[in-house]
Amino acid sequence: MHTPQMLLEALRVAWMPPNGALHGIALDRLMRWNLIALCICFLAAHVWLIAAILRRRSFNQTTIPAAFRWIILTSLCAMYIWMAITAQRLWAESRFVGPEPEAMQVEVVGQQFQWYFRYPGEDAAFGATRPELVNAPGGNPLGLDARDPRSADDIVSSVLVLPVDREVDLRLRSLDVIHGLFIPGMRLKENAVPGLVLHVHFTPSVPGAYPILCSQVCGSGHARMQAMLSVVSPAEFDTWLAARQRARAEKAAP
Amino acid sequence: MRSRIFTTHHRTLGIFYLFLALAAVTVGTLLSLVMRLHRVWPDLSLPFFGAMKPEDYLALVTMHGTLMVFFVLTIAPQIAFANLVLPEQIGARGMAFPRLNAAAFWLTALALLVLLAAFFVPHGAPISGWTSYPPLSAVPSAGPGQGAGMDLWLASIGIFCLASWLSAVTMLTTILGERRAGMTWSRLPMTVWAWLITSILTLLVFTVLLAAVLLLFSDRHFGSSFFVPMGDLVNGRIVGRGDGSPLLWLHLFWFFGHPEVYIAILPGMGLATSLFANFARRRPIGYRLMAAMLVAIGLLGLVVWGHHMFVSGMNPYAGTAFALTTMAIAVPSTIEVLCWLAILWGGSLLLRTPMLFALGFLSFFIAGGLTGPILAQPALDAYLHNTFFVVAHFHLVMAMAGVFSIFAGIYYWFPLITGRMMNETLGKLHFWITLIAAYGTFLPMHLSGLAGEPRHYERLSGPATSFPALLPVERGITHSALLLAAAQLIFLWNLFASARRGRIAEPNPWEATTLEWAPESGRSRVERGPYEYEIPANETNFNPQWERAAKEE
Repeated sequence: MHTPQMLLEALRVAWMPPNGALHGIALDRLMRWNLIALCICFLAAHVWLIAAILRRRSFNQTTIPAAFRWIILTSLCAMYIWMAITAQRLWAESRFVGPEPEAMQVEVVGQQFQWYFRYPGEDAAFGATRPELVNAPGGNPLGLDARDPRSADDIVSSVLVLPVDREVDLRLRSLDVIHGLFIPGMRLKENAVPGLVLHVHFTPSVPGAYPILCSQVCGSGHARMQAMLSVVSPAEFDTWLAARQRARAEKAAP
Repeated sequence: MRSRIFTTHHRTLGIFYLFLALAAVTVGTLLSLVMRLHRVWPDLSLPFFGAMKPEDYLALVTMHGTLMVFFVLTIAPQIAFANLVLPEQIGARGMAFPRLNAAAFWLTALALLVLLAAFFVPHGAPISGWTSYPPLSAVPSAGPGQGAGMDLWLASIGIFCLASWLSAVTMLTTILGERRAGMTWSRLPMTVWAWLITSILTLLVFTVLLAAVLLLFSDRHFGSSFFVPMGDLVNGRIVGRGDGSPLLWLHLFWFFGHPEVYIAILPGMGLATSLFANFARRRPIGYRLMAAMLVAIGLLGLVVWGHHMFVSGMNPYAGTAFALTTMAIAVPSTIEVLCWLAILWGGSLLLRTPMLFALGFLSFFIAGGLTGPILAQPALDAYLHNTFFVVAHFHLVMAMAGVFSIFAGIYYWFPLITGRMMNETLGKLHFWITLIAAYGTFLPMHLSGLAGEPRHYERLSGPATSFPALLPVERGITHSALLLAAAQLIFLWNLFASARRGRIAEPNPWEATTLEWAPESGRSRVERGPYEYEIPANETNFNPQWERAAKEE
């Protein structure tokens, strides 16, 4: 039980918040190796620089052997190629391939200065929305169209609650300006762009509470456009969803 | 009097440009200090500002970035220094189009005034950052400062585009057509190579920026919809009439924005090469290779803009393509750095103030450049994008390296312009405090960024975040930034005191070889390369470009 936890601790870069996503393990490992490799380059270059400053000129040995120069350049280029390839593999795994068909669907909508999360309900389909119906004080912040039967069971929440170990497919939208969905603990960032519907998918693997931030300047309230992601056990998630569904049904009933 | 102000003399214009950049950098630095103070003591009430509102902080960020990128880093290393010495370095009598060149300066000054005017209109300066992403920048009701302030920002950038266009045409024509007989491509000082490339880049990319600015202006005032999508709902009102795309702005802006950072840094790279050769008394290792790598950086710089857009909603396959071109640019940059390290390995460097600043440039170029390959990886950028890690990266590689190249140039050419030397002791003091304080300011920002702290946040609080742990780091950064700014008072004192009372300089105080140091009589055909320092027979000897090759024993 404790071993995977400790392993995770050891792998993450000091200073990065604890990782809670499946793909984050590989990402943190990559980040760590990159930082180590580049720190070594930085130190080596500066040792060289300081040595050059301290060096007295000697006329028999002022040039560096050509072979040495080529070794340095080739090894640095090899490092860049290694970086390009390893990072591309991670990128391709998360972005070139879509989510599994059974991934949970959640819509994330950014609006100055609030995140909304919409669950499709039992019909597993999001109802239509129209911007002219948006009315946050009236309880319809996303402009759900009541004429669309699929919208009847949609649940809109201001916290993102997800079951652990189940893949989630986020459907990102924005009502007004560009926002940036940033969940540091899930190692995830993607902009919410008005006029576009963008998808990102990931699997939360560690239960807990994770901050959700806005990473793209969106107006005067940008810094307080924050929400919470709560990763819970499947049972807790079902309880939470059922409670939200009941609340929605009660509100619709009278 | 009229002729002294409305001069067409290139060197006088160069000094004008330097003073313009000095004014901009002073304002920009003060803005950044207010930001730093506010981040650490958010409830502090500052003189002139009072208690700061969130939009005030974003206005400071926007104006700081715009001033520094456009009016300091584009102006000083490229246009100001080129006006100071470019015609002399290639043996021309002056700039090719002196009146256009003078007009460019006055347009730049106008652009600066229009930009600063944004502070004084109702609701103040714009808040959408120097990148001005729409719809935030396209819809006046999207936030305070997005009305008149944003219009002034757009007007200022539009005028700036025209001005830099005029100076780029002038520079390019001068380099192509006004070189003295015998000044072949392989005899050009590396600074001239850099200005050649930056002037071509300027022509290409500022044109695109001007187009983008005009389209955005049209969206704001003429009812077009290039950047605003259908049904866009801002502040309770539907503003999206046509079906534009905010991503179009990102592409246009970063097509300009990325080459722009090379426009800022390439002249510094050229100058560093000259100074290393001069103060190491050695020929550069691989002159042709270094010139070719400058060209390669300039060309590759045109095809990497998408690395600013990995998480913008751009197609992820495009992300891969841009990541590969970006990683490719690390190769010519690495070759440049290795060539510099190889020149310096000769040892016995003459550590005069200009050389110290050139070495500082190299140190920052390495420090900031090395985080480039991390940010070029979309998978890692998907975590680091728009965090303080990026702020640290570009402040080291562009801002600090750029500013150190400006300092190196000023200390180096000061005797040429004024006939006096700047004080060496004060210069070295200025260098060491600035170097240490700059690292103290920007290195810890990597840690804030790794901790996930986003840019543009006016305070480290909120319902969700656990940033209080970062406060000690933030305090350290602020103290260091205050020291960094204070150290510049030493520089200003040195600058103005030395201009009046500095030691009289000998004709070629650095024993340099390039033509700007040539005596009036030595104006003949060029028969030598730019950096003939290493004469095997006599280690102190050097052959300036204005001497005839036949004189060589």
